[in-house]
Amino acid sequence: MTVAVKTFARLADAASAVSTERGARFLAGGTLLMRAVNEADPSIETIVRSTDPAFVHVAVSSARVELGAGATMAAILAERELSFLHRVARAVGGPAVREAATVGGNLFAPSPYGDFAVALLALDATVTLAGGYGQRELPLDELLAGRERGASLVSKIAFRRPPGETFRFATVTRVHPKGLSVLSIAALLPLTNARIAGARIAYGAMGHTPLRAKAAERALEGRALDAAGIAPALAVAADGTSPRDDAIASAWWRREILPVHLRRLLLGVDQV
Amino acid sequence: MKTPIQLRLNGEEVAAFADDGANLLDVLRESFGDLTVKGGCWQGTCGTCTVLVGGNPRLSCVTLAESCSGNSVETVAGLRRGADLHPLQSAFMEHFAAQCGYCTPGMLMAAKALLDRNPNPTREDVVDAICGNICRCTGYEPIIAAILDAARKGARRSA
Repeated sequence: MTVAVKTFARLADAASAVSTERGARFLAGGTLLMRAVNEADPSIETIVRSTDPAFVHVAVSSARVELGAGATMAAILAERELSFLHRVARAVGGPAVREAATVGGNLFAPSPYGDFAVALLALDATVTLAGGYGQRELPLDELLAGRERGASLVSKIAFRRPPGETFRFATVTRVHPKGLSVLSIAALLPLTNARIAGARIAYGAMGHTPLRAKAAERALEGRALDAAGIAPALAVAADGTSPRDDAIASAWWRREILPVHLRRLLLGVDQV
Repeated sequence: MKTPIQLRLNGEEVAAFADDGANLLDVLRESFGDLTVKGGCWQGTCGTCTVLVGGNPRLSCVTLAESCSGNSVETVAGLRRGADLHPLQSAFMEHFAAQCGYCTPGMLMAAKALLDRNPNPTREDVVDAICGNICRCTGYEPIIAAILDAARKGARRSA
């Protein structure tokens, strides 16, 4: 079975097509969608794509970052001002995947994929949804919570640029140098007078979507980033998670190793 | 439905009609007869189908062919010049970097992408360049050694 391909110059028109046509799916980088097309997934009748330059635009200022949802991992790696995200972008496949895989596509990648979305969740990103009748913004948390429900076309992702060295990321794999994540952790750790104030921690592969570690965040509030200060957060590290068994690791194993790697990340002693 | 595809394939302008939604791998092999491009997994996992699109490495099995229309595509078929092998190909032979050879086209193109951008790579650069390419029989060490040797011999300048 062949599928139809429709290409639109304007992202808004592509969004209309995705939301109104039965069996229409938007093509970003193709690393996940083309796999499904190759497998003759019968739910895909039309591939919708857009050549809108805004879709791939990257804008970085001293205070804010805006990423077109079509920006690739290679584009992130090419932007020196986004060096705090380079470790995250490198976690996504090899060079050929990074040339294709997009920031927007990563938001919809099923677990254990989607490491970039984990970072964006920790960075408190908002997403802009394109539609035939205009755009609307919503927090990334909300998009992830409802991403299975409907056809949403993300046009842009934005977040406040993290100050200094406050952003950290680690991914745990069994295969080196490149393997799927057993789990990934991203953390935004602002300090006020050497105490954590308003931490955001996100996990990948610890649920069916990337999720916040809200119990650990609360336990860190007002604490120092030392062994004694982080102990309460480690005790509740796995609260609210629901990892699954898959070919990469069992749910039990993921829960067991989560506090170990969260400890390393928070203390900055060994980012695997 | 058929879609017109125009490429600069290994320096030559070519055109064909391909099925809507066809991936670049199938179009290269079936429409343009370039059988040097190998299909392994059709899932974007193994890397043997790696080609260069606009000079950048891409997994042709998960690349929509019509998205490449008007662009340059390089495959292993374009590496050699007449009877002369590309320095990367010679280095692979000298270092016994191909046993069954199935991963070799992808390894060569991933290595070419690296050396085109970075003529003096470190071992770490080489490992990263081929980390998306799976080899199940040769072993990675001879491949890494071949790429580093080709770099030392100036593979990019000879390309």
